[in-house]
Amino acid sequence: MIHQEATAVVDVGGPRLPGLRTFLTSARAGFSLGMIREFLEWFGDLGVFVWHVICAAVTPPFEFRELFRQLDEIGSKSFPLVALAGAATGVVISLEARYSLTRFGAKSLLPAAIVFSVIHEMGPIMTGLVVSGRVGAGIGAELASMKVTEQIDAIEASAVNPYRLLVVTRIVACILMLPLLTLAADACGLVMGWVAQALAEPLSFHQFISSGFKGANFSDFLPPTFKTAVFGLIIGLIACFQGMRTRGGAEGVGRAATNSVVLSSLFVILADVVLVKIIIIFFP
Amino acid sequence: MGTIDQIAMELAAAGTEGSVAVVAVEDLHKSFGSQQVLNGINLTVSRGETLAVLGRSGTGKSVLLRLIIGLQKPDSGSVRIHGQNIAGLALDRIGEVRVKIGFSFQYAALYDSLTVAENVAFPLRHHRREMSKSEQADRVKQLLAEVGMEKGLEKMPSDISGGMRKRVGLARALALDPDILLLDEPTAGLDPISSSEIDDLILKLQAERHMASIVVTHDLHSAKTIANRLALLNEGKVAIEGNFEALQNSGIEFVREFLKHS
Repeated sequence: MIHQEATAVVDVGGPRLPGLRTFLTSARAGFSLGMIREFLEWFGDLGVFVWHVICAAVTPPFEFRELFRQLDEIGSKSFPLVALAGAATGVVISLEARYSLTRFGAKSLLPAAIVFSVIHEMGPIMTGLVVSGRVGAGIGAELASMKVTEQIDAIEASAVNPYRLLVVTRIVACILMLPLLTLAADACGLVMGWVAQALAEPLSFHQFISSGFKGANFSDFLPPTFKTAVFGLIIGLIACFQGMRTRGGAEGVGRAATNSVVLSSLFVILADVVLVKIIIIFFP
Repeated sequence: MGTIDQIAMELAAAGTEGSVAVVAVEDLHKSFGSQQVLNGINLTVSRGETLAVLGRSGTGKSVLLRLIIGLQKPDSGSVRIHGQNIAGLALDRIGEVRVKIGFSFQYAALYDSLTVAENVAFPLRHHRREMSKSEQADRVKQLLAEVGMEKGLEKMPSDISGGMRKRVGLARALALDPDILLLDEPTAGLDPISSSEIDDLILKLQAERHMASIVVTHDLHSAKTIANRLALLNEGKVAIEGNFEALQNSGIEFVREFLKHS
C-alpha cells in the first residue's frame, strides 16, 4: 500500500518534472535573451545619442549662457565635496604609507609616496567618483524629471535643439571642470597629507613639498590630471543619456538617477584602467 | 522647395492663404508596438479656422498633435505645414517649421527652474536674438497681459495654479507670433469658470491673430464654443468631421453614443 502510494506520488510528479524543467530552461533562456537584447539596445541607443550630441556640438548657435550656468553648477558647487574627499584621502594615504614604509625602513620616501599617490591616482579617481555621485545623479534626475513632465518636448516644440541646450553644455562643463576639481583635490590631499605627517613627526611644508616632488616632472603631473577630462566626458554623457531616455513617472526619474551614478562610476573606473596603461606607455 | 518662411510669404502675397490648408494631414498612420493608434487620418485646417479633435481617451488625439509638430515620426502618411512635408525633415530643418507653430501642452510643461517671465521669454531669447533685453521684457509683459497674467511675473511655476500655468503656457506658445496654434486639452483639470475663461481667451486670440488652430479636447462644450469644425476620432480614424450640428444629426452609432455621454 505504502509502495503503491509512493509510486502514485512519483507517477503524479513524474510527468510534471520535464514540464517544469522546460519551463525553467525557457524562462532562463528568455531572461538571458532579454538581457542581451536590452544590453544591445542600450548601446545602440547610446550610439544614436552620441551622434545627435556631436551634430549639436559642432553647429551654431552655441549656448554659452547655459554653459556658464553649468560650469558654476558642476564646478563651484562640487568644490567643497571634492576638497573634503581629497583631504581625507591625503590623510589616509599619509597614515597608511607611514605605517608601511616604516616597516620596510623607507621612511624617508614618505613625502614622495604621498605626493605620487595623490597626484597620480588617488586625486583623479576620487574626484571622478565624487563627481559621478553628485553631478551624475543631479544631471540624471534633472533631465529625467524634465523628460517626464514634457519640458524637453516643450524645448523641442519651441524650435530649440535640446541636445544643444541641455546635453552639450553639461558634457562640456563636466570635461572642463573635472581637471580643475582634480587640482583642488590634489592640493587638499597634499596639504592634509603633510598635516598628518607633521603631527606624527615635525616637518615643514616646504621640506615636505621639495622632498615629495624631487625627481618629479610635468609628465608625472599633467597626464593624470588631464585624464579626468575623459572622466568628465563619461559622467556627462552617461548621466545625460540616462536622463534623456527616461520613461514613466517618479519611478523612472529615480531609476535614471540611480543608473546615472552606477554606470558613470563603473565606466570611470574601467576607463581609468585603460588610461593608466596609455599614460604608462606614452609618458614612461 | 523654399524655406517655410518663403512659402508662407508667397501664399500671403498671393492672397490665397485663407483658402488653402495651412495644415494638411494625409493618410497618417502611427502605431506603438502592436497597438495601432492612428490608422489613416486625413485632416486639413486653413488660416483663421479652429478644428477641435474629439475622441475617447487613448484614441491618439495627443499623438496626432505631436506628429503635426514633429515630436514623433509617423509610420506612414504625411503632415504638410504650408505645403511642406515635415515627416522626413532633419531636426534643424524641422526647427524652421516649428518657429511657425505654437504648442500649448496639456500640463503646460513650464520649465520649473525658470520664472513665469523667463518661461515666456524662452522662445524670444533663442529666436529673437536681435531684440534687446528690455524689448524682450516688454514683449513678455505684453504676451502675459494678453492672456490675463499681468501679475506674478517673477513667480515660479510651482507657485501658481493650474489655470494660471495654462495661461503662461499659452503665452509662451504665442511668443513667436505663430501661424498655427496647437492646444492639447486646454481646459482639462480646470473648474468650469476657469475653463470658460480659457475658452474666451482662445476665442479672443483667434479673433485677433487669425491662426490655424487645432484643439484636442474631451470637453464637448468647450469644443462647441471655440471651434468652427469638429473631428471625432474612433479606432484611429476620423469617424465624422463637420460642425456641431453635423455631429448631432449623425446616424453613426459611435457618434450618438459619444454625444450622449458628453
